[in-house]
Amino acid sequence: MNGEAPPRPLDYLTAQGTHALEVLPLTWGVLIISLLVTAIISVLVVSGILLRRVPSGGPIPPVARTGSGMRWIYIGVGLSTIVLFGTAVWTMRVLAAVISPPAEPAFTVTVDGRQWWWRIRYHETRDTPEFITANEIRIPVGVPVRIRLTSTDVIHSFWVPALSGKTDLIPGRINETWIEATAPGVYRGQCMEYCGWQHARMGFVVVAMEGAAFDAWRASQVLPASEPQNAAIAEGKRIVMTHCCACHTIRGTEAGGSAGPDLTHVASRLTIAAGTFVTDRTTLEYWIRHPQRAKPGNRMVDPDLDLEATRLPAAYILKLR
Amino acid sequence: MGNPTDDPWWFSTTDHKKIGIRYLYTAFAFLLLGGIEALILRVQLAQPNARLLSPEAYNQLFTMHGISMIFLYAQPILSGFSNYLWPLLLGSRDMAFPRLNALSYWVFLAAGLFIYSSFLVGAAPNDGWFNYVPYANREYNPGPNIDFLALGMILLGISTTVGGINFVVTTFKMRAPGMSINRMPILIWGTLTASVANIFVIPVVSLAFFLLWLDRQFGTDFFRVEAGGQPLLWQHLFWIFGHPWVYAIILPAMGMVSDALPVLCRRPLVGYTFVALATVATMAIGFGVWTHHMFVTGLPGISLSFFSGASIVIAIPSAVSVFAWIATIWTGRPVLNTAFLFFASFIVLFVIGGVSGFMTASVPVDWQLHDTYFVVAHIHYVLIGINVFPVIGAFYHWLPKMSGRLMSETLGLWNFWLMFIGMNLAFLPMHLTGLWGMPRRVYTYGESFGWNTLNMITTIGAFVFAAGVLVFLVNVFLTLRSGRRAGANPWAAGSLEWATTSPPPPYNFAVIPTVRSRYPLWEHQLRDTPHRSEPYRGLELAKGHEALKSSTLDAEPQAILPMPHASLDPVLLTLGLAVLFVALLVHGWWVALGSGLFILGVVIHWIWPRAEFGSREPPEEEAAHG
Amino acid sequence: MAEQASPGGLHPLPVGNISPHSMGLLGFWGLVATEAALFGALLFAYFYSAFGAGRAWPPEGLPTLALSGPNTAILAASSITLWLGERAMKRRGSRRGLALGTAASLALGILFLAIQIKEWADKGYGIDDHAYAAHFYTITGFHVAHVVFGLILLAAMLIWTLRNYFSKARHEPVVMVSLYWHFVDVVWLFVFASLYLSPYLLR
Repeated sequence: MNGEAPPRPLDYLTAQGTHALEVLPLTWGVLIISLLVTAIISVLVVSGILLRRVPSGGPIPPVARTGSGMRWIYIGVGLSTIVLFGTAVWTMRVLAAVISPPAEPAFTVTVDGRQWWWRIRYHETRDTPEFITANEIRIPVGVPVRIRLTSTDVIHSFWVPALSGKTDLIPGRINETWIEATAPGVYRGQCMEYCGWQHARMGFVVVAMEGAAFDAWRASQVLPASEPQNAAIAEGKRIVMTHCCACHTIRGTEAGGSAGPDLTHVASRLTIAAGTFVTDRTTLEYWIRHPQRAKPGNRMVDPDLDLEATRLPAAYILKLR
Repeated sequence: MGNPTDDPWWFSTTDHKKIGIRYLYTAFAFLLLGGIEALILRVQLAQPNARLLSPEAYNQLFTMHGISMIFLYAQPILSGFSNYLWPLLLGSRDMAFPRLNALSYWVFLAAGLFIYSSFLVGAAPNDGWFNYVPYANREYNPGPNIDFLALGMILLGISTTVGGINFVVTTFKMRAPGMSINRMPILIWGTLTASVANIFVIPVVSLAFFLLWLDRQFGTDFFRVEAGGQPLLWQHLFWIFGHPWVYAIILPAMGMVSDALPVLCRRPLVGYTFVALATVATMAIGFGVWTHHMFVTGLPGISLSFFSGASIVIAIPSAVSVFAWIATIWTGRPVLNTAFLFFASFIVLFVIGGVSGFMTASVPVDWQLHDTYFVVAHIHYVLIGINVFPVIGAFYHWLPKMSGRLMSETLGLWNFWLMFIGMNLAFLPMHLTGLWGMPRRVYTYGESFGWNTLNMITTIGAFVFAAGVLVFLVNVFLTLRSGRRAGANPWAAGSLEWATTSPPPPYNFAVIPTVRSRYPLWEHQLRDTPHRSEPYRGLELAKGHEALKSSTLDAEPQAILPMPHASLDPVLLTLGLAVLFVALLVHGWWVALGSGLFILGVVIHWIWPRAEFGSREPPEEEAAHG
Repeated sequence: MAEQASPGGLHPLPVGNISPHSMGLLGFWGLVATEAALFGALLFAYFYSAFGAGRAWPPEGLPTLALSGPNTAILAASSITLWLGERAMKRRGSRRGLALGTAASLALGILFLAIQIKEWADKGYGIDDHAYAAHFYTITGFHVAHVVFGLILLAAMLIWTLRNYFSKARHEPVVMVSLYWHFVDVVWLFVFASLYLSPYLLR
């Protein structure tokens, strides 16, 4: 897409979204309070020991009730209570500010968690029919988007730290959150509830685009898959139809499976295998040949193809833009 | 009646000191196992994209690491100290129910072995220590992994519950005359509070695991969405138990510090009443904060606000304890031995674990922190900082009482500094790993997330910490073999356990002491009460194994209780339970039925009224016996 | 007070588990507390699922009170007979009264059990059919298990009574077993109200 990858894609001490920006001062606030409290207590403990300790090797002194010491508790607990109460009030204010989006969301996207990828459904809007994609959510900059969250198998959690905090995807329930990007860019997302073998590699990306570019993208996503332009690609398509159609959908072809991600425009996505690899020829061929080596335990079977034999289907898939 | 040490078999003892020491050995063994698992995990995580462990191996190891530390080490080790120390602190001959005490230990051992035996078939639990459904259900986890955990946890629950009942009754009925409720050591308050909580929350988690087992084995639909089940029900049941449990595994440890730190500061604890009340208040509020583990499950805003508020408020009683300890140092004359270093550093670690918990209590912040390594860092500051550090300090403080020998201070310094530096090297940077977004429970991570250096530092820290534990083990071994003799009261301490010999005789005290203040052995130095406790004069109760029952609040003597001594019932009952649970695991229904009947038989034998305990009329021919 | 508690025991202290100094009874109170929490958790789970399911609860329609209503009365009666028996021992040291009361409670408890099994057999669904069935059979199953254990305790108590173990002064096991049996009965009232009555109110 554009620019260099950030040094820490999941860092949440910075933010690029309205939701996350609203929370960020509170995060820094409680972090700084915590660091100060730790520093003060450490100084009190260490200086108390240094000032009051019995010289080493000396005899154990007799016990004595020197001062009640109760002032320590009154002052310490009093100050702590004021800080805690202030934080509670601040927390409630931030909570009220982010619990619902600042404006009516432009549209709704349903994210359905699967072991170990994300099925993404853009709901129908006034001018676009609904369509399905996977592992990548594109949004226009500067408008809130409603995210509906559910799961088909186990519990997952939806998290794009730069844009907003996390919300779980729970079977049998529909949770809601919202995201809004303040600047164009690619924002990394990650499953955050332990969900089995490939919990580690259940990522996704959110791509925030200027309005016009987003509209063009959305218009292209609604279209069926492109037809092969030459014999080699057509052969690749034939192989894909034999091997992949039971689990994957490619709109406009006979491939209509639903166990795996929709591949209609897979090559237009920035990553494959749920945020695991950048989409290019090498990674795609590796993924087709060795899905169990790349993500042990995932539902895609090792197809027993040599490198030569993966060239053609990979070439076809790379045309699915 | 005979001497209570005359156990016909090693298995039949009901001496609280022997049981306590067995608890300590066993719990520490689980700590070592959990530690080895942690080191393997840390090697895997030291570098990105490592291939030492398969995802499944990693998942089993991280799950067993959590289960070992939280269930098989953290609580049992405190039960060990409490079992050993309680009757000594209270000036009593034994716990209220010596046979239940033995049962509690044996069932704990059986539960630990039961859960660990899953490794033998290569199917250890693999869904983390809080074991969320649906991933724990049969569809996604068809092996026996979760069954080992579900049944093992129910078994462990039996141990914890009978132990809890025993502690509660002991507190209220077995105190030496004059030890009114405001003179009890803080360890008693800590374990009492934890035990009361356990009595009420252990059944909740046992039930959750039982329902899960039914879902897995009999196709019931408690947690299955398709047939009206509720996955979130699991989380509620688990955390209604889970959060009080967290306090149950730190309050007794905090109690040990509140008792031992003043000894080493040469003054009474500052703010005794406040600290005791804070202990109880922590648990009372602790019952109302369980959903702060569920802030990201889509709860309505109003309940988020309530539980967030409660989770912030719970810091106040903790602040009371922290400032009481600091005041005790500032107004005392600290003697810098190894135990003191562990207790003093614990205050700082406690605060770090506390403030990171305070951060997660703030809901919007928790939406970011939740399930990142920040929470992993938090839980380790809580469990290592507030449990392991006080426990190691307590060994330096009380092992001389248990063994009659002093631990080496030279090795102790090495022990302390390796553990303290290792701990902070491993877990302080881990907060940053979390703030930079690393998810917990991942078997590996890509190299482009910025976590590589931090993870390497954490792994190095983990090994430094492990070296510290190793030095501790060497120190204990050398102490038991050839440590210097300790004498009755090596620290010139003020509470009753130091009034008897080291190690104490089987009957603890030659006479039942009488107590007039919180520090019976310090009265002549403190001179703040005209009364004097009588540690060495009092009721002899020399007729075999007898104990004194006293009143609940003021500890006035009420009755003399003949105590059961050696009994095979506890170990037989445990055997029956172990066979029953193995049979349930492998679907041996007839064996299960048989062992159930055997258990019933042992129970009836156990509660059969006996003249020697005075629970029935003496048989006719002995009626003359006084 | 202080003199009274002084060491050496100016006043001779009673020896043994005589009322009100029985430790076993305190242990049984602990057992009752933890069991009450268990049933509390069972009913919490039941209502959590009920509110989650909304109108479709119970899926098989409202539960019939034809058997469960009279059965509740039977169990309540068993508590009364036991209380009468216990009172006979406490007031008059009457072994006969206690044995009669215990035997009556035992019989009523067995009757309750038989009717409960009939109630299960009449249900048109199995434990694995849906979430409601799972809760229904598990809660009633837990209760039945407690009734069975209670009946075994009552049987043991009957034997102890007949063997002349108890007197007006020494009968702590009677107090313990009664406590447990009353607990089992009181718990049933909560179970009955939750499983059988609440669906009528929450409709």
